Amino acid sequence: MLSEINYLLFNSVLLVSFVACAVYLVFFFSQKEKLRKVARMIFIASGILQSCYIFSRYLIAGYTPITSQHEAVVFFAWSVTWAYLSFHWRYSVRNFGTFVSVLVFIMLVIAAFASRDFQSLAPALQSMWLPVHAGVSVMAYGFLALAFCGGIMYLLQERELKSKKFGFFFTRLPSLDSLDQLNSHCLAAGFVFLTLGIISGSVWARQAWGTYWHWDPKETWSLITWFLYAAQIHQRFTVGWRGKRAAVMAIVGFCAVLFTLWGVTYLLGGVHSYAR
Amino acid sequence: MPAETILLLGVNHKNTPLAVREKLALSSGYEQPLQELSKIDGIREYHLLSTCNRVEILVYASEDVMVEKALQKFLFGDALSPEEYDKYLYLYRNEEAVHHLFLVAASLDSMIVGESQILGQLKEAYRWASEKKCTGPILNKLLHKSFSVAKRVRTETCIGSSAVSISFAAIELAKKIFSSLENKRVLLIGAGEMAELAAEHLVGNGAKDVVVANRTLERALDLAKRYNGQAVGLDEVVDQLERVDIIVSSTGAPNVILHKADVKPVMRNRLNKPLFFIDIAVPRDLDPELNDLDNVYLYDIDDLHNVVELNKAERDKEAIKAKRIVDEEALKFKDWLAGLAIIPTIAALRKKGGQVCRLELERTLPRLKNLSDAERKTVEKMAGAIVSRLLHDPVVFLKSESCTDQSDMKVDLYRSIFGLEKE
Repeated sequence: MLSEINYLLFNSVLLVSFVACAVYLVFFFSQKEKLRKVARMIFIASGILQSCYIFSRYLIAGYTPITSQHEAVVFFAWSVTWAYLSFHWRYSVRNFGTFVSVLVFIMLVIAAFASRDFQSLAPALQSMWLPVHAGVSVMAYGFLALAFCGGIMYLLQERELKSKKFGFFFTRLPSLDSLDQLNSHCLAAGFVFLTLGIISGSVWARQAWGTYWHWDPKETWSLITWFLYAAQIHQRFTVGWRGKRAAVMAIVGFCAVLFTLWGVTYLLGGVHSYAR
Repeated sequence: MPAETILLLGVNHKNTPLAVREKLALSSGYEQPLQELSKIDGIREYHLLSTCNRVEILVYASEDVMVEKALQKFLFGDALSPEEYDKYLYLYRNEEAVHHLFLVAASLDSMIVGESQILGQLKEAYRWASEKKCTGPILNKLLHKSFSVAKRVRTETCIGSSAVSISFAAIELAKKIFSSLENKRVLLIGAGEMAELAAEHLVGNGAKDVVVANRTLERALDLAKRYNGQAVGLDEVVDQLERVDIIVSSTGAPNVILHKADVKPVMRNRLNKPLFFIDIAVPRDLDPELNDLDNVYLYDIDDLHNVVELNKAERDKEAIKAKRIVDEEALKFKDWLAGLAIIPTIAALRKKGGQVCRLELERTLPRLKNLSDAERKTVEKMAGAIVSRLLHDPVVFLKSESCTDQSDMKVDLYRSIFGLEKE
């Protein structure tokens, strides 16, 4: 019974996200203010459904559903959605929702193709650290994904402004300054979570494997990602890496995040490769 | 004597790039070029307009290829070879020239359709030409008419209300670079009218400080005072770049005054905070390569045009209405011009005489009840004779030698005296 609900829930998440994404895109083309509100309501609904789905999986599995490939990606999409919605509550960036909803939808489609089976939890993962470490890390990825979206928007807008050919994006995208601020805020939030994720991970590693750090590929790549973002933040405050450079770095950083999440698991292996 | 024609030739922003226009622009004022124009043979009246978007010569001259050649040579000087002229030049005659002038005056040919600066520039140009006695009855009438056409367009259409000046376009852009203009600092290089207008718009949109740099400090102080700003010398511009965000440059300098190498080190000092350069000077003040620097955005006059295109659709509708007014007025002027010829004037005079005669007869005859048919005929004849006797000398005068030369002014006066304009 519960697993049927669970199955239906995921399909409805997929459907609602698709609708949200579609309405956002229609809004992006037509720029009718009414549609934006509709799209936002649907996107919130999608966020709530995602929460329900994750909770239902938790009830069935009895542990935080973040270990399989499917679960990790759903959790990722969930964190992007809520990171966006929480940001939106503070301040709004014109047409940001369109880009985020597309990203979320793509993630959910990827999740749909992964196996949805429940796996028994490896002994090493049976710990209260699992939700803390994985949850915090994925939250970091959520914010970094927003910085990535902002970076893409920045590059599109900057290209129009520099080339002086004002096409499709010029009126639809927000100002460079607000995109740069978005980048800086998302990065700051993402970086804090990323740091907490690595610290909680190493504490957990001490308990589970006896050492804080043992250069497992995933750890190494997390560290590389962390340094990428740390350098970026440092450069912003000291020599003013902003604008285009910051946008490019946000995109490069996010590629490193994706590689840490998937590339390492499939290409490099290591003790972290549970989620297959 | 060859026939006379109104001739208008020039280059504008539509088919001539800024790089060529800035070579042709008359940066030394109108006086000297007008004098040079007067030396061309066959020109009766002439007028010259030079703005950042166009250089146009308007003449009333004998219909002669040599005149056209001489004018082209005057316009392009040594900037281009004669083979290249055709690529940029437009040349209108008579009705077409009138039509074009009206379009320009009504701001329908402007880069930013509906902006009002052009009318002021045209009036200024006319003031010069008439002061130097370059214009005569034809061009005087034509230019005055163009002012009234512009006024009619302005009052009868909404083209001016949604009109966007260059500065408005600049603000659109600034808002895409900085999210708001609040607390942004503005540096004006050159304290001309354009700079003033831009400053007004920027401050109106929330910009905080205005720094004015000018060759003469006095003018800078004047302008700065109005915005509680600060005045500096031109040599302090580079230092100021560290503190400001938006730069509007509009000096009359013949060369580039700010180079890429000047700005590059500044960006490091200001931690790469964006700089927005607006170059409304022709010839350009700012090195076009500034735009290659990260976080530096440089727009010259032509670039601003593209921004304006964005809200073009709205104005296009009004422009159609305005064009109809221009067409109408151009036709009226054509009739006036045609009437200036001697033969039609004589015909109009005779027609008017006949009309007066008939009108008076119709009024008088019914009151003379006892008249026989023969007597009635005599009275009619007498009235007719009085009119033709009265008109005989004026007609002879019109046909005489003294009118074939310098005829326009006389014919024009003649037509006013006899009230032939109203028909």
